[in-house]
Amino acid sequence: MECDGAGAVPCGLVTASVIEARDLRKQFGDFVAVDGIEFDVAPGESFGFLGPNGAGKTSTMRMIGCVSPVTSGTLRIFGLDPDRDGSLIRGRMGVVPQADQLDAELTVIENLVIYGRYFDIPRAECRRRAAELLEFVQLIERADQRVEPLSGGMKRRLTIARSLMNEPDLLLLDEPTTGLDPQARHILWDRLYRLKQRGVTLVLTTHYMDEAEQLCDRLVVMDRGSIVADGAPRSLIEQYSTREVLELRFAPAAHDVVDHSDAATVGSTPVQLVDPRLDGLGDRIEPLPDRILIYAHDGEAALAEVHRRGLDPVGSLVRRSSLEDVFLRLTGRTLID
Amino acid sequence: MSTPAPLLVWEGHLAVYRKIWKSHVLGAFVQPLLYLVGMGVGVGSLVDANTGADAALGGVTYFEFLAPALLATTAMTSGGQTSLWEVLDGFLWSNRYRAMSATPVSPRQIASGLALWHATRTAVVVIGVALVLALFDETRSWGLVPAVVVAVLVGLAFAMPISAWASTRNGGASFPTIIRFVLIPMFLFGGAFFPIDQLPDWIQPVAYVTPLWHGIELCRGFVIDGIDPGPIGVHLAVIGVYVAAGTLACAGTFTRRLRS
Repeated sequence: MECDGAGAVPCGLVTASVIEARDLRKQFGDFVAVDGIEFDVAPGESFGFLGPNGAGKTSTMRMIGCVSPVTSGTLRIFGLDPDRDGSLIRGRMGVVPQADQLDAELTVIENLVIYGRYFDIPRAECRRRAAELLEFVQLIERADQRVEPLSGGMKRRLTIARSLMNEPDLLLLDEPTTGLDPQARHILWDRLYRLKQRGVTLVLTTHYMDEAEQLCDRLVVMDRGSIVADGAPRSLIEQYSTREVLELRFAPAAHDVVDHSDAATVGSTPVQLVDPRLDGLGDRIEPLPDRILIYAHDGEAALAEVHRRGLDPVGSLVRRSSLEDVFLRLTGRTLID
Repeated sequence: MSTPAPLLVWEGHLAVYRKIWKSHVLGAFVQPLLYLVGMGVGVGSLVDANTGADAALGGVTYFEFLAPALLATTAMTSGGQTSLWEVLDGFLWSNRYRAMSATPVSPRQIASGLALWHATRTAVVVIGVALVLALFDETRSWGLVPAVVVAVLVGLAFAMPISAWASTRNGGASFPTIIRFVLIPMFLFGGAFFPIDQLPDWIQPVAYVTPLWHGIELCRGFVIDGIDPGPIGVHLAVIGVYVAAGTLACAGTFTRRLRS
């Protein structure tokens, strides 16, 4: 649908989405990686794809990044077709890939300048932007050092700086903090949050709940190539889980935990048998290989009831529901096996 | 004014080369010098002492016969071997090509930028050889200039098909095989060290379809007075076919690898 300027098609609505996907599919031979998904990303929004490995997140990101042809369906980025205008779209987009693709032979600042040149940004302007971005990602004192000795977190920040060289309107981040230590992750989240405040549209994939909750205004939960739920992190939790979760661990001997003949599994791992005395506790009981989750509005009250019924777990924890619980509820599987 | 994307790709390669150029340039001088002294002077003194040898060599000394051929063989080994590792590096280790492909630069433009780059780096090496040849009376000739151009084309005739092949690999395990069974046999039997009519009849046609032999004929003909380069157009056409086919193949294999 074209914006005709005559009012037949409301122009504001047509151009509202930075990304628009309809019945989007990606197939590699017989394997369907992305199976007819639909989503819209609004300007300035930060949007997440959440799901386990193999859910189709990276395939989706590669299609958005215009480096993987769409098998079928419609995908529009900035209202443009990746098939026809891939180069134009890539020029307005920044990409932070899953694995850092930094040039180990070059210095920190050279990595930025050379990358900026691929966008045909004049050399002097590249140097100006590079210095500014190194300031932003707190690597300016490393500017003339080689990339190799940098820590994982620093390399990630450098990769983010590099993705910003063309001053993109849209930034794609594929698992931005996978493999980083907690402190490095928090520094990174802080930088991404600042970008968001500047109005950059962020699209990221993650299998970390806390990351999605920290960064995403809205997200879709993906499983086996399909979207199984979408919404704001909080509303997804409200919709699919209880306010609190009680986690119980039982000693193996006291409980006769794992019954390998039982068909109940999470993924391929047999789960714990649920003691019949737990029946009726909370809204829902979810046995996992190493613990039992009891979904309840009031976790402490549920724990008191467990003790009253004569059960003696070796460990117990009351926590708020997270997206992990949403995912478990929707797919019957945990996010990280 | 926008810069053509292949030039930007070339610039990226140059930035990395600037870190290693000293050892590369040094190697470009040393290796041909070793061959010239060891083979041209050393073996040459034996060959030239053998009556009838100069007839087989086309009426010139062994040094004159061998020296200009080194332009083409050096281009082949440089173009062939460095492209193997460089391309694998771009896809597997430094991931340079993947990084480029996230920018407006297309895989085709990456491939044509690579061709420009191979030409540049081969030129550096070949000019090194030409400067060494210019030190000797026998090979000091303006013919070195067109010979350098031919040698660069020979370099591309190997670099581009090998780049295309390397871009389909996920490791370098098979590379020694290419070097042993393609590059070294051509180096030894491509007409650089002895005329190919000294070979058994049945194997001579193999030389006619390899770009190296055509390059050697041209280099020798341009540099040494009294040697006929043969049909220049045919020689260039054969080399050109390898360059063109290799570059097209690269455009295809790069696209397949980067746009799955």
